[in-house]
Amino acid sequence: MSEQIKKFMYINRRAPYGTIYAWESLEVVLIGAAFDQDVSLAFLDDGVFQLVKGQDTAEVDMKNFSPTYQALGDYDVTKLFVEKESLEERGLTLDDLMPLTYEDEDDDWAEKDSIKVVSRAELADIMEEQDVMFSF
Amino acid sequence: MSTLHTVNKSPFEKSSMDSCLAYAKQGSAVLMYEDGIYGAIKGTAIADKIAAASGVSFYVLGPDLKARGVAEDKVVDGIEIVDYPKFVALASENDKVQAWV
Amino acid sequence: MAIEANGKTFETDEEGYLTNLGEWEPAVAEVMAKEDDLELTSEHWEIINFLREYYEEYQIAPAVRVLTKAVGKKLGKEKGNSKYLYALFPYGPGKQACRFAGLPKPTGCI
Repeated sequence: MSEQIKKFMYINRRAPYGTIYAWESLEVVLIGAAFDQDVSLAFLDDGVFQLVKGQDTAEVDMKNFSPTYQALGDYDVTKLFVEKESLEERGLTLDDLMPLTYEDEDDDWAEKDSIKVVSRAELADIMEEQDVMFSF
Repeated sequence: MSTLHTVNKSPFEKSSMDSCLAYAKQGSAVLMYEDGIYGAIKGTAIADKIAAASGVSFYVLGPDLKARGVAEDKVVDGIEIVDYPKFVALASENDKVQAWV
Repeated sequence: MAIEANGKTFETDEEGYLTNLGEWEPAVAEVMAKEDDLELTSEHWEIINFLREYYEEYQIAPAVRVLTKAVGKKLGKEKGNSKYLYALFPYGPGKQACRFAGLPKPTGCI
């Protein structure tokens, strides 16, 4: 494939279980990962709730898909931007999120953090650089 | 006349919780469930509004907190964590239920 | 659709994947393999068990390239390559092995 690599960003703004958006986004990301594009994920507004650790859906009879975020690294999806202001407005910090890592092929498989907390202004700049955006 | 108000939408995305708090009178109860449980987290603008609502008792559904990974120690002091049977009991104890969907 | 294994009936979807992965038992894999003219060896089982563990941990069936990489990491390079995996599962290590393992069709296989 000689087509030029594009910058794809998936924007996640919904909480995980009340609606289907979060799971749909995750599935599209995993399917889209086959296309070898430059993929990143943004989590803002209620989307930050998707990454909260310790989710346990046993009592509400729904599939707990939070472990699937751990597989993103295997799919070479390694850039997860989380907006700082959205975390703060919701009483959350980075410590409340699942630690997500990937192994860097270009750095002797060193384990690195996938999640990067960025300010709203920084995320706006990152969005500005994208070629394609998908909203969920 | 006592009313049980229920809220199942995130207060950060929809105005359901805000409207509920504006309408809940003294002696009424507010129960948060599904995405409404996010209103029970400490240290937010909603938490301040809950603290300011006098004479209203607040409840949050435990199984929905767990599903969403919100630990009990993150819940605003004074909000009672309840199970499904208690949800049903609240609905029958009060004269009516008003759902803020 | 359905298959019979171990005296029981297991419901499958139109592509032959188990509808309820909680129902899976080894006999299901044996019957599915027989229908595909395959005799399951310990090498097959190693991959099938690997897939079930992967699903348990991540709640998804991995795409074939992800599976290949993960097998290489866990079981060694001589097994983590498509030649080895396709020799075991001629209809595709993602699709066929996941079906035998009772998992859904891999996420990311189109």
